[in-house]
Amino acid sequence: MGEPVLVVSDLRAYYRTSAFGIEREVRAVDDVSLTIEANEIYGLAGESSSGKTTLIKTIAAAIQPPLEVLGGSVVFNFRDRRVDMHGVDRQHLDAIRWKNLSYIMQGSMNVLNPVRRIRHAFVDFAFRHIGKPMPLFLAVVREHLERLHLAPEVLDAFPHQLSGGMRQRVTIALATVCRPDFIIADEPTTALDVVVQKSVLAMIHEIQRELGSSIIFVTHDMAVHANLTDRLGIMYAGRLVEEGRTADIFRAPRHPYTAHLIASLPRLGDSAPKKGLDGAPPNLAEPPSGCRFHPRCPRATERCAREAAPMASLAPGHRVACFYPEPERSA
Amino acid sequence: MPGYLVYLLTRLGQFALVVFIGINIAFIVTHATPIDPVEQSIAAATQFGSTSPEAIALMRQSLKELYGLEGDLAHQYAAFWSRILVGNFGPSLSAFPTPVSVLIGRALPWTVSLLVVSTVLTWVMGNLLGGLAGYFHRSRALRLAGILAMAFHPIPYYIVAFLLLIVFGHVWPILPISGGSSMNMTQEWSWAFVGSVVSHAILPVASLALVGLGGWFMGMRALVSNVVTEDYVTYAELGGVARRRILAAYVMRNALMPQVTGLAMSLGAIFNGAIITEQVFGYPGIGTLLVSAVHAGDYSLVLGITTVSIVAVSIAVLLIDLLYPLLDPRVRAR
Amino acid sequence: MWRTLRDLLRFNRQFAAGIVLLGIVAAFSCLSFFSPYPPNDSFVVPPDVPPSWAYPMGTTSRGQDLFWLLSFAIRNTLLFGMVVAILSRALALVIGLVAGYSGGLVDRALMSINDTFIVIPLFPILVLFYFVMRDHMSWGLLALMMACLGWAYDARLIRSVALSLRTREFTQTGIFSGMSTRQILVEEHLPYVLPILFSTTMNNINWSIGLEVTLSVLGFTDINTPTIGVLIYWANQHTALVAGIWWWLFFPVLLVVMTFIGLFLLAVSMNEHIDPRSRLGRS
Repeated sequence: MGEPVLVVSDLRAYYRTSAFGIEREVRAVDDVSLTIEANEIYGLAGESSSGKTTLIKTIAAAIQPPLEVLGGSVVFNFRDRRVDMHGVDRQHLDAIRWKNLSYIMQGSMNVLNPVRRIRHAFVDFAFRHIGKPMPLFLAVVREHLERLHLAPEVLDAFPHQLSGGMRQRVTIALATVCRPDFIIADEPTTALDVVVQKSVLAMIHEIQRELGSSIIFVTHDMAVHANLTDRLGIMYAGRLVEEGRTADIFRAPRHPYTAHLIASLPRLGDSAPKKGLDGAPPNLAEPPSGCRFHPRCPRATERCAREAAPMASLAPGHRVACFYPEPERSA
Repeated sequence: MPGYLVYLLTRLGQFALVVFIGINIAFIVTHATPIDPVEQSIAAATQFGSTSPEAIALMRQSLKELYGLEGDLAHQYAAFWSRILVGNFGPSLSAFPTPVSVLIGRALPWTVSLLVVSTVLTWVMGNLLGGLAGYFHRSRALRLAGILAMAFHPIPYYIVAFLLLIVFGHVWPILPISGGSSMNMTQEWSWAFVGSVVSHAILPVASLALVGLGGWFMGMRALVSNVVTEDYVTYAELGGVARRRILAAYVMRNALMPQVTGLAMSLGAIFNGAIITEQVFGYPGIGTLLVSAVHAGDYSLVLGITTVSIVAVSIAVLLIDLLYPLLDPRVRAR
Repeated sequence: MWRTLRDLLRFNRQFAAGIVLLGIVAAFSCLSFFSPYPPNDSFVVPPDVPPSWAYPMGTTSRGQDLFWLLSFAIRNTLLFGMVVAILSRALALVIGLVAGYSGGLVDRALMSINDTFIVIPLFPILVLFYFVMRDHMSWGLLALMMACLGWAYDARLIRSVALSLRTREFTQTGIFSGMSTRQILVEEHLPYVLPILFSTTMNNINWSIGLEVTLSVLGFTDINTPTIGVLIYWANQHTALVAGIWWWLFFPVLLVVMTFIGLFLLAVSMNEHIDPRSRLGRS
């Protein structure tokens, strides 16, 4: 394997607000490091408000006040250039957007401008990167749509004339038309019904294999991760707590939180009642001391309340942030 | 396109309802009076100068019909409507025997052009500045513009017009403060006459614009600051779409749609403002005509102007409503 | 409630400025109770005296002390605005809540009527009203008439809030636990509508005072009850501007502009407080 496409190191991003004279600091992403290789689908899992969305916003350099990056770096190694996302100006960012780095967002209902035809979206996003005169550009777009089994007639439709699933497929076509190196997919299937979800996932998988792009795929839905992703990172309260090959994590989760997530998945023929986790997710404005999971952790000791365990490799390619990881189970 | 058809029928129905209710209010108001309106009007109309007895008899007859005082209430109601539907308000009492419709027809173009010019100017400027202020919300110049627009906004048309009259008529007299054009000019298509009309229109337009600007400005600024958080704007920014394109085709375009509806909704209030402004500057439109009609006790003219105002504003609202689908594809095709 | 007010006063400059402006106007209007002579009587003081220690705002050509006259006039003007606001609030509240809660056909019918009242040009109708009433026109009658015509815009706002409340869980809970429609509207929905009602009150007072001033200035009201508009009317009748008696116009206009801006600032800052989304834009 060559150089990784994305290197995130020691990233810290906080929301800082001040209203009615009260300062607040929400530590949404705290000390996260991860790398993503070429041609892989990296899954990012965790419950809502675990910092997943903030992490990818920061990776995409789509940060706006009150979100601030306080430390660390996000570096992409694209085919033709290397970009430090928080060290370059907006012109450089605009130059790589959609050409090297594209997005598939949550809420397919609303990502397309409701008053313009789909064709205009393709022109606005991709025309400048394809570098062909308009008729040829549109031919490229049509060809691309056909490859994704979409009728080219959708170009003349308004977003409200398409179904939710159709809109998400159009968005995927839009995100891949420039053959980007890296695609950020933020809960792209969450709002869709199960049948449509399946076909959209198949579509993402197919186009990824064809283009050889890397994808960071964010969802709280563990079943989707099991079916789609190559590697998986688990976030809890703004920190990455476990990372490894998807198959390994599902077979033998090592962090107590991951173990809980996986144990709570329904299995065929399993009739035992699922146990919920005690307590609520921590308030990130005042996170617990030490390991942020310790107040809810069945394995926690005094040490966990004092200091946070660093990410440590337990096996090649399998990192866990826990002093007392779950024992390795054999399948 | 059934979607458009449904929309069209709804708007036409609303138009009919506005005219219907408006005219009914006028009927109720004119019939709620405890005094004998006919004799009072005649007394008011004839108190200056001598009017021939025949003319007074004619007036009395026409007034009785116009007030619909003949017969029972149902009959009166029907008579009221039939007068209005054919647009026949009889002769004016103060400018006897000129028909009311002629007087209104003479004044209406002045009011319509004053309204169209000032409304279009105000709406475009307010939305443009407000939209920019919402998008570049850190700009100091735009914030200052916002404060200025907000300062004039709550003050009624009359006061602003009056202040402009004082400033540009008495303190620093550089602009004509009365009339629609210079008195001694013939109405013709010459540079001098057009120039005179334009210079006479500056202060009325300015006072309408000063009051109106703030509302559009603040409305658009609030709309834009909501639209910029919409997913399609975020997505376009993530896509590196050119900023100008985002501002024009994504942000402004979407924020503008409620402002068009808002324009239709506020035409009535803008019309009120125009009437008052005209009166302050002696502009020869409907407003000045209305006020002088009241002072002269000219009932036919007052009722005629009220009715024409209701119908004219409703037509303007209908026109905007019918143009709206051009902007919003969701109404055009469903 | 009090905490909110205190926080608004401390951190929202618009709100604080609005309160200060209105406070000055209100305090001034209260002075009218201490007037040394009946405020509307004419020729109790020498006419056309410029502002001085004896007459802080000067006197009018009709021999009235402008200071005391103005305090009485602004009191009437404020009272007028409040009466119209209270009456039209009642209409707006009932129509808005019923339309929003009922939905469907009732909602559409009420909103059609509502939009009609928004669109109809009210000024000619009010002039027509004055025209047929003439000397029978009074302050209270005008207030009643304006309340009947001025509820529509705010009814629409209240209806949109009620519409969103209807789909909330507590409404369903209320229905299932057997509360009557009236109970749900009054006990469950009213508290959510009150803040909006409050900010629309400010806008409505502004609107009605503005129209009253305009009608009075033209002489289309009861010109014997002093209000700000009536004062300006008499000043114009005596061609005060040409005669150089500027104070007769300056102080009424100053006071009424202070009132408008004060009410407007309160409405804006309260809106912001109710809907914090509009605050983000100007952080």
